[in-house]
Amino acid sequence: MIREKLFKYFSLLAAICAIVFLLSIIVSIFREGLPIFGKVGFLRFLFGKSWHPTQEPAEFGILALIVGSIVVTIGALLIAIPLGVGSAIYLSELAKPQTREILKPFIELLAGIPSVIYGLFGMAFLAPFIMRLFNLNAGLNAFTASIVLGLMVVPIISSISEDAISAVPKSLREAAYALGANKWETIRKVVLPAAKSGIFASIVLGFGRAIGETMVVLMVAGGSAIIPKSIFQPVRPMTSAIAAEMGETVVGSDHYQALFGIAIILFTITFLSNLITEAMKGKVKR
Amino acid sequence: MIKILPKITTIIGLVFLSANSLFGAKNNLTLAGSTTVLPIAQKAAEAFMDLNKDINISVRGGGSGVGIASLISGSVDIANSSRPIKAKEIKTAREKGKNPVENIIALDGLAVIVHPNNPINELDIKTIKDIYTGKISNWKVLKGIDQPIVVISRDVASGTFEVFKEKVLKGEKVRDDALMLASNKAVATTVAETPGAIGYVGLGYLSEEVKSIKIEGVTPSEKTVRSGEYKLARPLYMYTNGVPRGIAKDFIDFILSPTGQKIVKETGFVPLE
Repeated sequence: MIREKLFKYFSLLAAICAIVFLLSIIVSIFREGLPIFGKVGFLRFLFGKSWHPTQEPAEFGILALIVGSIVVTIGALLIAIPLGVGSAIYLSELAKPQTREILKPFIELLAGIPSVIYGLFGMAFLAPFIMRLFNLNAGLNAFTASIVLGLMVVPIISSISEDAISAVPKSLREAAYALGANKWETIRKVVLPAAKSGIFASIVLGFGRAIGETMVVLMVAGGSAIIPKSIFQPVRPMTSAIAAEMGETVVGSDHYQALFGIAIILFTITFLSNLITEAMKGKVKR
Repeated sequence: MIKILPKITTIIGLVFLSANSLFGAKNNLTLAGSTTVLPIAQKAAEAFMDLNKDINISVRGGGSGVGIASLISGSVDIANSSRPIKAKEIKTAREKGKNPVENIIALDGLAVIVHPNNPINELDIKTIKDIYTGKISNWKVLKGIDQPIVVISRDVASGTFEVFKEKVLKGEKVRDDALMLASNKAVATTVAETPGAIGYVGLGYLSEEVKSIKIEGVTPSEKTVRSGEYKLARPLYMYTNGVPRGIAKDFIDFILSPTGQKIVKETGFVPLE
């Protein structure tokens, strides 16, 4: 009896801890970052085109960083959605059990590789390859970063989509076959629409992973704070700006606050995408 | 009761002993700061601890700004920095009753590097500035190959960039589409792979995979950095709160000793003498 209570309170404590950590992270980011919105002006901070934090006078406009994040994230999703959803369909609908047993661990293994290793691969191997392939001046750019990020996101989209597709009731498929539909028609017109919200949730989760990824873009995206005119130009996503500049800046300075300001924007974006995922998951259950 | 008494005393004794070694701040020295200074500090700490078994030194990176902030907050004894302390930081330190004192422990030269196949051998500071600000954008202008110049720089917040900004850019901005990379190693790797590239790294990062350029006729080397002939050079610092005392003094003296300066040289930097 006492044991049971003890266990109950212990697990309650653990749950409260998670909330406390989340709240303290939010409070500290906002406390350090909000002052910059007052100094620069929120709209000028968000839509200012030039990021020159160490220049005299300094300029703190993060539009180029936001665009950088969005460009590599969309690029990553363009690669990861077809590969992820495609492999999910194959694994859950088409593959023989033996093939599935072999293939699935490999895709899951992709998720377990540390991001710095993806970064090394992108920097040392993929970037020179892309440079030669497209005859570019330099290989570190938004395109290369998108490919590496895309590879990282594939397992997320694949495994969650697969769960969603597997969760579609067998009776639906059987009904489709009974009406004379072949396998392809059944997948396209019955299974995929039924698993729609789960697949969408996996994509939003993949979006969150890609936009929050730091190491890969720091190593591969090239780091120029410009609004790119082509996908072969270098970009400086928000995460890499924070990671590269935080260590060297004077604590409490405008630049320091501006980096926390970027963190606020980034946090808001990922928070919203998580909310959307949760909402989608709720729909799947119903 | 009497039987377990000795056990209890032993346990209490052990607790006191371990507490003493855990909290005995007397024998601990902590350093944090610049990643440029990190390899010197780390190697020197290892050598120093080999000689003084009872002393424990822990060295962290984090960047010059983090190091100085930690010194001001009192969480480290020594702040490693690749740039001189800033006026604002001195002000904050004074407000908190701290008095940062500068100790120069080594010199570092910045080498300007290009791809090994690039025929250019020498540039002056003005030309390098024009390349970095975007006024010159093709090697052909400098009688090189007809090839666009790929400008590679360190992040604007790094100590390395700060030196480059002061000595070469003289306050002007790097062209917007320059690649801004996060480490010396990343710059060296990218220049080695990119035919049209120009970049700059600490002397310790020179290798056969890149070609270093003479600046105003001077080859970057230990000798030319120390004599001051080579223009792109900087001191590396360790800041202490007040004049170094106790273990901090012993450690800094060790780095300045011939053994310590040999470590400076081994890690690719330039000894003071």
